[in-house]
Amino acid sequence: MSLDIVVCVKTNPDAQMIRIKNREPVLEAIPYKVGDLEKNALEAALQLRDAAGGGTIRALTVVEGDRKIRETIKEALAMGADEAVIVADPALAGADQAGIAAALAAAVAKIGACDVLLFGEGSTDNYSGQVGARVAELLGWPQIGYAKKLALAGGGIEAERSMDEMIETLAAPLPVAVTVVSEINEPRPISLMNILKAGKKPVTEWTLADLGLDAVGAQKRIVSNLAEEQDRKHVLFAGAVDEQVDAFVNALVKEGVVGR
Amino acid sequence: MADILVYSEKADAALELVAKGREWAAELGLGLSAACLGAGAAEAASALAAHGADRIFVSDAAFDGLPADTVAAALAAAAAEAGATVVLIASTRRGKELGGRVAQKLGAGCVSDVNALTLEHGELVADRYAYGGATVAREVITTAVKVFAVMPKTFAVGDPVAGAGAVVPLPAPAASAVRVVGRRAKEGEAVDLTAAPRIVGVGRGFAARDDLRLGTELADALHAELACTKSLADFEWLPESRILGLSGAKTKPDLYLAVGVSGQIQHTVGVSSARLIAAVNTDKEAPIFALADYGIVGDLYAVVPALVAKLQSL
Repeated sequence: MSLDIVVCVKTNPDAQMIRIKNREPVLEAIPYKVGDLEKNALEAALQLRDAAGGGTIRALTVVEGDRKIRETIKEALAMGADEAVIVADPALAGADQAGIAAALAAAVAKIGACDVLLFGEGSTDNYSGQVGARVAELLGWPQIGYAKKLALAGGGIEAERSMDEMIETLAAPLPVAVTVVSEINEPRPISLMNILKAGKKPVTEWTLADLGLDAVGAQKRIVSNLAEEQDRKHVLFAGAVDEQVDAFVNALVKEGVVGR
Repeated sequence: MADILVYSEKADAALELVAKGREWAAELGLGLSAACLGAGAAEAASALAAHGADRIFVSDAAFDGLPADTVAAALAAAAAEAGATVVLIASTRRGKELGGRVAQKLGAGCVSDVNALTLEHGELVADRYAYGGATVAREVITTAVKVFAVMPKTFAVGDPVAGAGAVVPLPAPAASAVRVVGRRAKEGEAVDLTAAPRIVGVGRGFAARDDLRLGTELADALHAELACTKSLADFEWLPESRILGLSGAKTKPDLYLAVGVSGQIQHTVGVSSARLIAAVNTDKEAPIFALADYGIVGDLYAVVPALVAKLQSL
């Protein structure tokens, strides 16, 4: 069978590189990259397509401006996606989850060929976990969240998913929207050869107008976004190991957190 | 009359939201509704009624596996019936996926993983971690209907109140295309890190799985619970239930002792509210020391046995 898959890819500021200055996150000069969970979703797409024996994998991303998106999305193409679709529109600047979901759902509808729509369970920067569910609702598709194992079965998909209290196995017909957790797989490394090939793969760009959408305003107002204040003592004990350990344990005893 | 509508598949979490919802309903001049769906809905409804819900929407139709599309449809129907302007859901995994779907149905903004929700000048302000835990975003939803998915245990369960809420039957929504074909227990022992007064956290400073016995001995000597960073669980050295941080437990112990833990924000967000943080790490530049009250820069393989001996001598 042939299985067409769309993987929704968010490009995020590299969380490891965000520094805090005066409680404010410093985002200037932080490179954007394909999120780790989106790489899990891409790997899942590649494995499902192999299992099906054919089909096209498209990486779909939505972005408010240029933000070197053509470079960043190459990561998805180098991993093995066949094509990329970029929805880029300055009017997306103020959009939150509902606006992004509207653009993604309209793009999936315009792409047409989609049996399985894959997402990471959340984005590495904001982790709201809403977008997959919102897109599934807009398309009127069933959804399976938190998949840790995916297989084709009975003309549909079977997923093992990791819930708070149990592991659940669900079956759904196609088309279906699925979000994946990091346990699902180890994303394949990207070879230099594939990076070179990625430059030749087709990339389609649409604006909101191409999708018949107007700008979608934000549904939320950010009151503040600051690092938590931490008031810590920062005492480091010097000396030989025994001296360090004595002073350390004495400090914990004095604080009343160990001993009787 | 407009209402606050509460739903969770977890009975305790629903009671927590009802307790807080009742307080806000009184302050804002709203009613308080709740929804109970699936098997056991009737019993759950009477508990919520006893805790102050004015109206409880009940459907014991087949919600096998509580599929997000069907639950969202039922909850949206309850919200419409109640004229709900605020929907409070517990931010469990089920609750999070439900939140997005029901918010989309209601044309509502939604904030998930809320770890504090406060009424300020008549507005609900939701706190949640952003940028992988580096910051706390404080957000206000501006749509007419607002959906908040709130972390369990954010609020306390209240006392029962006098008066009984009315049970309102909900029509069964269309069945989901998603079917449950199996269920099994999670592997690894159940552990509640949020209940531990002391926690020893282990990270990639441990070179081999067998070496974790040092961490276990230290935890025993401190009468502490053993926890880990996500990487150790990814190596399958310790079960997922012992992860601290963004993808695991968020705790407030009296003491957090980090051993061989570098202190990436995705981990420390799970302990940043500890009363006291202590750390042992070879690298004096490790971010964990920026967060520590007390620290030893040194090799854990030398320090931990000495710590265990010292603690046992107390």
